[in-house]
Amino acid sequence: MPETSAGTLTAPAKPARQKPGGTLYRGREGMWSWVLHRITGVAIFFFLLVHILDTALVRVSPEAYNAVIGTYQTPIMGLGEVALVGAIVFHAFNGLRIILVDFWAWATRHQKLLFWIVVGLWVVTMLAFTPRHLINVFSH
Amino acid sequence: MTAMEFSARPPRRGINLEKWGWIYMRASGVVLIVLIFGHLFMNLMVGDGVKAIDFGFVGGKWADPFWQWWDVLMLWLALIHGANGMRTIVNDYTNPGVVQKVLKGALFAAAAALIVLGTLVVFTFEPCPVGAPADLLPSFCAA
Ligand code: HEM
Ligand code: HEM
Repeated sequence: MPETSAGTLTAPAKPARQKPGGTLYRGREGMWSWVLHRITGVAIFFFLLVHILDTALVRVSPEAYNAVIGTYQTPIMGLGEVALVGAIVFHAFNGLRIILVDFWAWATRHQKLLFWIVVGLWVVTMLAFTPRHLINVFSH
Repeated sequence: MTAMEFSARPPRRGINLEKWGWIYMRASGVVLIVLIFGHLFMNLMVGDGVKAIDFGFVGGKWADPFWQWWDVLMLWLALIHGANGMRTIVNDYTNPGVVQKVLKGALFAAAAALIVLGTLVVFTFEPCPVGAPADLLPSFCAA
């Protein structure tokens, strides 16, 4: 007898398997926004460490500064800057979402909706930024 | 032993540093949005964007105290926010002990050193260093 038909005789309907998620923090939007917020925060932090050092070269000589900032203008770094700006824009908008959820009862109840608003604003901002930036990087 | 003995500890006194850290993350975040978005707009969007940045560009910006203070405020707020956020992450993934102390010490040292360095760079900046080729300098150096 095929296994599949055995169940139809007696087995009561199995209770729906509980999916992970459904709390404010675990699974789904709550967790993914948290993971992304953490990863982007770390990435921006390490960029900033390097960025202050490269800016400090203005105290060494114009040649030294221009040499380093010249690497920011290469195609590969140009793409890296799109990733950096993408990380910052997400961290910034999602940071605002966190603040609203913490202080405003309506936002706490609608935190999932707010997450999708963050995603939408991120897409719009990146659509405004990326073409213009890439034209600067790949032309002239 | 009664339950009373557990709660007999007097409430902690003094300021709650974790609470102020929590507030700082939020207050600095709101200000940083303005500062960083403004920084990125000025340096990546206006004119030829990243292609226009060189020593002369920085000289032109820091000739104006407005942009000097903009950058110094951004420097302090972002580094303290970032280092404090990294401290939270270290707390999450390490147990109390030597490793945790070393990591937090490194975060503190890096943030403190870069705040001092960055502040000095902005306020001791020399836009027209003697002997440098004129075509690398901001245009106002010629005068
Ligand atoms: C690819 C993107 C970026 C470019 C091309 C860029 C470029 C520059 C330039 C040219 C300067 C010199 C002064 C000025 O123009 O105001 C500067 C300084 C500075 N930038 Fe950026 N920046 C970028 C992203 C960022 C980000 C994301 C942050 C913050 C997290 C940041 C924080 C700073 C700070 C704090 C200073 C002042 C440094 C000091 O005091 O010595 N920058 N940046
Ligand atoms: C653009 C404006 C920014 C906003 C609105 C913002 C907002 C926030 C908020 C609300 C938190 C959560 C704090 C908590 O849960 O107690 C946070 C965490 C964090 N932020 Fe930012 N932030 C901004 C910029 C930055 C920058 C420039 C850096 C790096 C230098 C950074 C690095 C971090 C890190 C590492 C964390 C910890 C993440 C975690 O605990 O998972 N943020 N930010």
